[in-house]
Amino acid sequence: MMRKNNSLSKEIFSSAVAEAFKKLSPGKQLENPVMFLVYMSSVLTTLLFVAGATGFYEDAPVWFSLAIAVLLWFTVLFANFAEAIAEGRGKAQADALRSAKKDVDAFRLISPDYQAEGEVVAASSLRPGDFVLVRAGEQIPADGEVVQGAASVDESAVTGESAPVIRESGGDRSAVTGGTQVLSDWLVIQVTSEPGKSFLDKMIAMVEGAARKKTPNELALQIFLVALSIIFILVTMSLYSYKWFAQNELNVHEVISVTQLTALLVCLAPTTIGALLSAIGIAGMSRLNQANVLAMSGRAIEAAGDVDVLLLDKTGTITLGNRQASEFIPVDGATAEELADAAQLASLADETPEGRSIVQLAKEQFGIRERQLAENEVTFVPFAAQTRMSGADIGTMQIRKGAADALQRYIEEKGGVFSEECRQAVDRVAKAGGTPLVVARDARILGVIYLKDIIKDGVKDKFADLRRMGIKTIMITGDNPVTAAAIAAEAGVDDFLAEATPEAKLAMIRDYQAKGHMVAMTGDGTNDAPALAQADVAVAMNTGTQAAKEAGNMVDLDSSPTKLIEIVRIGKQLLMTRGSLTTFSIANDLAKYFAIVPALFAGLYPQLNALNVMGLKSPETAILSAVVYNAFIIVALIPLALKGVAYREASAASMLRHNLLVYGAGGIIVPFVCIKLLDMLFGLFI
Amino acid sequence: MQAMLQYAGYLILLLVLAYPLGKYIDNVMRGRWVWLSPVIRPVERFLYRLTGVNEREEMTWKKYLGCALLFNFCGFALLFALLMLQGRLPLNPMELSGLEWPLAFNTAVSFVTNTNWQAYSGELQLSYISQMFGLTVQNFVSAGTGMAVLYALIRGFVRTYDDTIGNFWTDLTKSVGYVLVPLAVVVTLLIGSQGVVQNFEDYTTYNLSETVVTEYGTAISKGVVPGGPAASQIAIKQLGTNGGGFFGTNSAHPLENPTPFSNLVEMLSILLIPAALCFSFGNAVGSRRQGVTIFAAMFALLVLGMGIIGFSEQAGTAQLAQNGAVLLEAGDMQPGGNMEGKETRFGIASSAAWAEFTTAASNGSVNSMHDSYTPIGGLITMLNMQLGEVVFGGVGCGLYGMLCFAILTVFIAGLMVGRTPEFMGKKIEPYEMKMAVLACLATPVAILAGSGIASMLPEVAESMNNHGAHGLSELLYAYSSCGGNNGSAFAGFGADTVFLNVSLGIVMLLARFLPIVAVVAIAGSLAGKKKLAVTEGTLPTDNVMFAGLLIAIVLLVGALSFFPALSLGPIAEFLQ
Repeated sequence: MMRKNNSLSKEIFSSAVAEAFKKLSPGKQLENPVMFLVYMSSVLTTLLFVAGATGFYEDAPVWFSLAIAVLLWFTVLFANFAEAIAEGRGKAQADALRSAKKDVDAFRLISPDYQAEGEVVAASSLRPGDFVLVRAGEQIPADGEVVQGAASVDESAVTGESAPVIRESGGDRSAVTGGTQVLSDWLVIQVTSEPGKSFLDKMIAMVEGAARKKTPNELALQIFLVALSIIFILVTMSLYSYKWFAQNELNVHEVISVTQLTALLVCLAPTTIGALLSAIGIAGMSRLNQANVLAMSGRAIEAAGDVDVLLLDKTGTITLGNRQASEFIPVDGATAEELADAAQLASLADETPEGRSIVQLAKEQFGIRERQLAENEVTFVPFAAQTRMSGADIGTMQIRKGAADALQRYIEEKGGVFSEECRQAVDRVAKAGGTPLVVARDARILGVIYLKDIIKDGVKDKFADLRRMGIKTIMITGDNPVTAAAIAAEAGVDDFLAEATPEAKLAMIRDYQAKGHMVAMTGDGTNDAPALAQADVAVAMNTGTQAAKEAGNMVDLDSSPTKLIEIVRIGKQLLMTRGSLTTFSIANDLAKYFAIVPALFAGLYPQLNALNVMGLKSPETAILSAVVYNAFIIVALIPLALKGVAYREASAASMLRHNLLVYGAGGIIVPFVCIKLLDMLFGLFI
Repeated sequence: MQAMLQYAGYLILLLVLAYPLGKYIDNVMRGRWVWLSPVIRPVERFLYRLTGVNEREEMTWKKYLGCALLFNFCGFALLFALLMLQGRLPLNPMELSGLEWPLAFNTAVSFVTNTNWQAYSGELQLSYISQMFGLTVQNFVSAGTGMAVLYALIRGFVRTYDDTIGNFWTDLTKSVGYVLVPLAVVVTLLIGSQGVVQNFEDYTTYNLSETVVTEYGTAISKGVVPGGPAASQIAIKQLGTNGGGFFGTNSAHPLENPTPFSNLVEMLSILLIPAALCFSFGNAVGSRRQGVTIFAAMFALLVLGMGIIGFSEQAGTAQLAQNGAVLLEAGDMQPGGNMEGKETRFGIASSAAWAEFTTAASNGSVNSMHDSYTPIGGLITMLNMQLGEVVFGGVGCGLYGMLCFAILTVFIAGLMVGRTPEFMGKKIEPYEMKMAVLACLATPVAILAGSGIASMLPEVAESMNNHGAHGLSELLYAYSSCGGNNGSAFAGFGADTVFLNVSLGIVMLLARFLPIVAVVAIAGSLAGKKKLAVTEGTLPTDNVMFAGLLIAIVLLVGALSFFPALSLGPIAEFLQ
């Protein structure tokens, strides 16, 4: 559902316009103190205009009060619009999700057995612990764990991925999501969610922004902006009294109107960032959703920006999923062809990708074809956890392949010798990052198969980029330390955790955190849950178990192990956008001062016209230009707020330099140019 | 050229003295054994035993703050009582009467807050006991409070997962006992050798060789030479960034500052401790670079300010030249420039440097009258105070104020590198932000609100000597001086009125204690946090770029707050 809604922009636009007016209610405005100040200023100038128009009290020329009042109202509306348009995309996504969430009937069982008796109830009446039977064609009524059965399930309503997935009891593929559909077979599901608190409900709330709370960072920034606003309120109020003082001293009459001071206040207040602050946050969340990742809180995205240690699963992230046979290394006088022949026989029944790659390599190198062997002639020995070997018995001949230590035990029991030459071959493969597979025929070792991990294209560069940003990458693998070290070196990760167990992962995360790092990881299995709960950013795969999803603070609907890197990018970009626009907003004040201060005071002290460095035509045009700039810069920056500022992997120092140059220096120059141009334009009419 | 050498000499001397002192102070504050320990340690232990202080006690931030506030409140109450009752107390050879309550309130607040705004005139209104046991004591302990609070904040940065930030009583005792008292002794001896008075005598009356008749027709035939224990008080008023002179005209008075050498000693004393504390800070947080970076930011602002004042005073103004009647060119035996309000024995460079030092450092002692400075020269002195006294600033408070600005800086800059902000390994979250803005904005808010209200009152306009733009400058300067806890006066402003005494007193209290509360609260919160690792992704806060950013933020907050006010005052004057 996430990627389908980009074409709705026209709809989003028109509903955002309507929404902008709806947000004018004072209650809504109070949520954003900076904009509330503009809101109150709009009310004040409107009252001054009415007072002037009715001849009750003249503060400034009536047309001027009207113009300022209208512009201030537009400023408020533009801010509302920015927020509405950022919310719009999420609303459209939420609507699509809602359509999946119909109240269906569920068949509730009295016990976790598909043959048990049951009754039809509404899905909304299901409670955690209830058992339901879902058959082909039916919608799964609630989140739960499969306790019996296996079925193919269409999860496109949640993930947008149309290919069905298998869900079955036991193991790491037992979690099902309410709102998805069983395509074939049946499932008995134990319900795990309270009504209204299902995954889909959470998703809707998150994408819609209804559950959106201000993040700590947003709050901190808001405190800063409010403090600045308070200062500016005091600046304008004290100006009013200084003016009073100066008027008495100089014996001149009313020269600065309340309308002008209000305009000054609004221009100085950090309205640009104040107006865009919530839009930036919502848009960041939206970008994450578009990457098909669901964050359980806005806080999680910001934490992603802070992460400096990434725990990456080797398989799928650093290497292609499967190891491939790449070389036959004969030992003890056997020939390569002899080894390949035995290896191929031992692997014929092996349906794993590794097994098939051995058959493939034998065919490529020695032209050994797949053979049809009579059933009675061959007994295939499947892989067993105890022996850690597999193979085939052909007549009296026994072929075995497996890990080196397993084969050593096997061959020594048989009275054979595990030679030094073989040991060296095994070590060589392991040190090169491969997995050695030793092949024996009867009591004799023929050689070693080199199973190679294929490192994904471009990962090395990616990790180098991350390193430049100060992010450490750590490879997590079940391989032995020697193999892991070789792959780690080839892929260019900073560190690795070999023979990783859930406990070791957890310990590693704690260790890094104690050293002051922020750690991100992905996980899917139930045994990942403690590590996920400990990590600062924990991405659970959507294919993972319920426990994993609950322990994490994000869910990756694509279940892609590389997603972590993208999540970090989105988090950083969100924070950078917030910082850059704040800088821009504050830098703008310089030009606004130079536009408004001379305009205000030139009546008192004509010499202050020297500060009118832009050569603005008259006090009225100067103030109008500044206010118009102040309003329209919000609109102009909406696309940037939604898209985020340009992002590249670089060190903090160079990113800071770049952003300071663009948004700091830019923030000083742009308003000078724009206000001068606007003044020239207004000068034609006024 | 000679002036340039003079300026450079001051700065180099300052640097050379401040660096080793910084290390010494850090050792003292961390309770290490220093070379003075054999002498002072027994006294220190005796004091703890006497007062029942357990020197090993570690305080939570609330307790620390409670002790600091209680101590300061008691100090205020005692001083207030002393000033009201001085007429009935001994050591009062001139039989001066007690002060009226508004003036006593103002003066007590002024010395407790390390401001030393002088609405009174020392030799005319205060007895020796008020000067010695009232003002001088506060000169020591108000500076000590500043250093104590600074070290509480430093511990906040250094400690992790800790709910304590040190012990206020030992911090105060150590800063006064090991740092302020020994330095004051040295400075007292140095300036005493130059002729600064130190006695308990009556004022001396002498006959003028020729009777002077004033323009109002009064004939004056006798002069009075005041006396008193001046040298000891002057030493600490300079060192402790207090600034309250023994005599009304402060360090322009010949008995307070007789020679160029005494001037040099007194002037360097102004910035010595605040500058040294930057290096102490670097040592304490384990990153000398960090200390040097903060120092560099302050130093750059100092040099900039000094340069502008010096240039502006030497150049004078067109009005001052009075169509050639006044010689502005420097020549043989002629200082040139704007010598109005400056002592001829100091000249322009020493006066301008002092003006910059004293306003940068929240000291407030003066050796020339800032009221008579050129508009731009006066503007810089005013701006120094309006920035919140963070260009070195007061003892302790200047640096903790600057660190609050650094928190604001990392907040904005930190976001721009794509991380939630952190400073020296500590995350800056809403709580720290709230407290940091409280600390940074207390000064501008107090100044703007105070001067805004004052300028509406007709009685205030009446207490001014000048009108128009310069009148506003005088008013703004008074509130800036109190709002920055500086205490220097622009003069030309009769400050002893009920409204001014009370309102300026309130401004001083807000500007001093709001930041103290905020800073100790930040310390408590930071001490409880973990320390984040430094990586390439961390915003570096110990390089030139950060120093530049810090300067920019300090100037920005100052400029945004005061540009309109300044343009109605000194800028309008300048553009005349």
